[in-house]
Amino acid sequence: MDENPAAIQIKGIRDSLLVTLGSGTWPDLQSALVVSIDERPAFFRGARLALNVAGQVLHVAELSALRDVLSERGISLWAVLSESPVTEQTAQNLGLATRLSKPGRTEASPRALSRAVREAADEAPENAALWVQQTVRSGQKIVYAGNVVIVGEVNPGAEILAGGSVVVWGRLRGVVHAGAQGDEQAVVCALELSPTQLRIAGEIAVSPERKGKPRPEIARLKDGRLVAEPWQS
Amino acid sequence: MTAKVVTVTSGKGGVGKTTSVANLGVALALRGQKVVCIDGDIGLRNLDVILGLENRIVYDLVDVVEGRCRVRQAMIRDKRLPELHLIPAAQTRDKTAVSPSDMVRLCDELRPEVDWVLIDSPAGIERGFKNAIAAADRVIVMTNPEVSAVRDADRVVGLLEADEKGPAALVINRLDPAMVRRGDMLSVEDVLDLLAIELIGIVPEDDGVIVASNRGQPLALDAKSKAGQAFQNIARRLMGEEVPFMDLDTPGLWQRLMGRK
Repeated sequence: MDENPAAIQIKGIRDSLLVTLGSGTWPDLQSALVVSIDERPAFFRGARLALNVAGQVLHVAELSALRDVLSERGISLWAVLSESPVTEQTAQNLGLATRLSKPGRTEASPRALSRAVREAADEAPENAALWVQQTVRSGQKIVYAGNVVIVGEVNPGAEILAGGSVVVWGRLRGVVHAGAQGDEQAVVCALELSPTQLRIAGEIAVSPERKGKPRPEIARLKDGRLVAEPWQS
Repeated sequence: MTAKVVTVTSGKGGVGKTTSVANLGVALALRGQKVVCIDGDIGLRNLDVILGLENRIVYDLVDVVEGRCRVRQAMIRDKRLPELHLIPAAQTRDKTAVSPSDMVRLCDELRPEVDWVLIDSPAGIERGFKNAIAAADRVIVMTNPEVSAVRDADRVVGLLEADEKGPAALVINRLDPAMVRRGDMLSVEDVLDLLAIELIGIVPEDDGVIVASNRGQPLALDAKSKAGQAFQNIARRLMGEEVPFMDLDTPGLWQRLMGRK
């Protein structure tokens, strides 16, 4: 993952490429995409492309223009992933898929959880979050390339590894690593922030001994140091 | 009769699994229940010693599984309590001599014959543990009020959840109320706070346990023993009775505990 928010992230998923756009205005993103394709025309020619546009609201004109631009370069756009219902609708109107099919993943038992997480890490769009509604116990490990939201406790001996930020609606007492791929903007928040060890990007800290009633806190990197502050909006 | 299969496990060793299985077996048998205890700790068997049945072993669990004897031949009947039986572990083999499906088959065979099958799990989370929980209808997770034991219990509870073994029940063993009062030991609340599973027993620290184990006379046979009493209570709770937790003379704590229900 790149620290530049406008950067374009490209991943191979099975028989196609998943391109995740950063944040920015649509014209900028589109031209950034075209530039990065034109840098490596041979790599992209003949590719099937799935595009993750995150929250961008796109209408038919914009999306069909992009499709034409891509097809001129020998790239077929087959899916558009978006958090925006408008964009999803647009994509569907153009006959594009709006999600990556996940063949062979029908089981949803907790046993499959850790494996599913690992698979998901290969496909996670940058802005996606993994929703975990259970207590993460000692020996359990959650790994996800995006953000992780845990509704439940994270017990000592448990590990959370996230490419993005980690939010725990409960007590955080295990080991947590946010921004595990180097994202220094990542934060960790919890109703009770007392991890065995807390890491953000390359920095490591342990919780100080604390007395009194625990308050919700947020930990982040400030000038290269890990600091925890009361969590309030 | 359709037996309930109950496995006692803990992750950490030495927290009192075997002692508990022996005492729960005795307590259930005292209530007229037909009980078979199975020692799942192949290679390091102990349950026979604690029950005082060591000198009567002819066949063991591995003999049953490998077809050298019938189940009934391996069931040692306790002379004090005719309803209590033991299937001992083999001492000369290891955990791989039995598979989880062997345990399921064995328990299915025992189910129509008895009221309770109690399985003593070995420490750890490997093969022996998997064998021990394979057939379980109910799992009792045992812990001591110390951080390392609770950590391992948490791990085991997580594994049981992942295995869809249903909610585990918790027994806290060797609680010393005086140490808790001084703040030197985790309290029942501290343990429950972390594990967040149903509590079905609190057994106080009791020197008598060691003496009883050495003699092969489980404490549950002794009506005066507090620890024995605690095991009796757990047995009653397993049978579906509502039994209040014993007063271990820490009034504030216990009242709050009762209030939780």
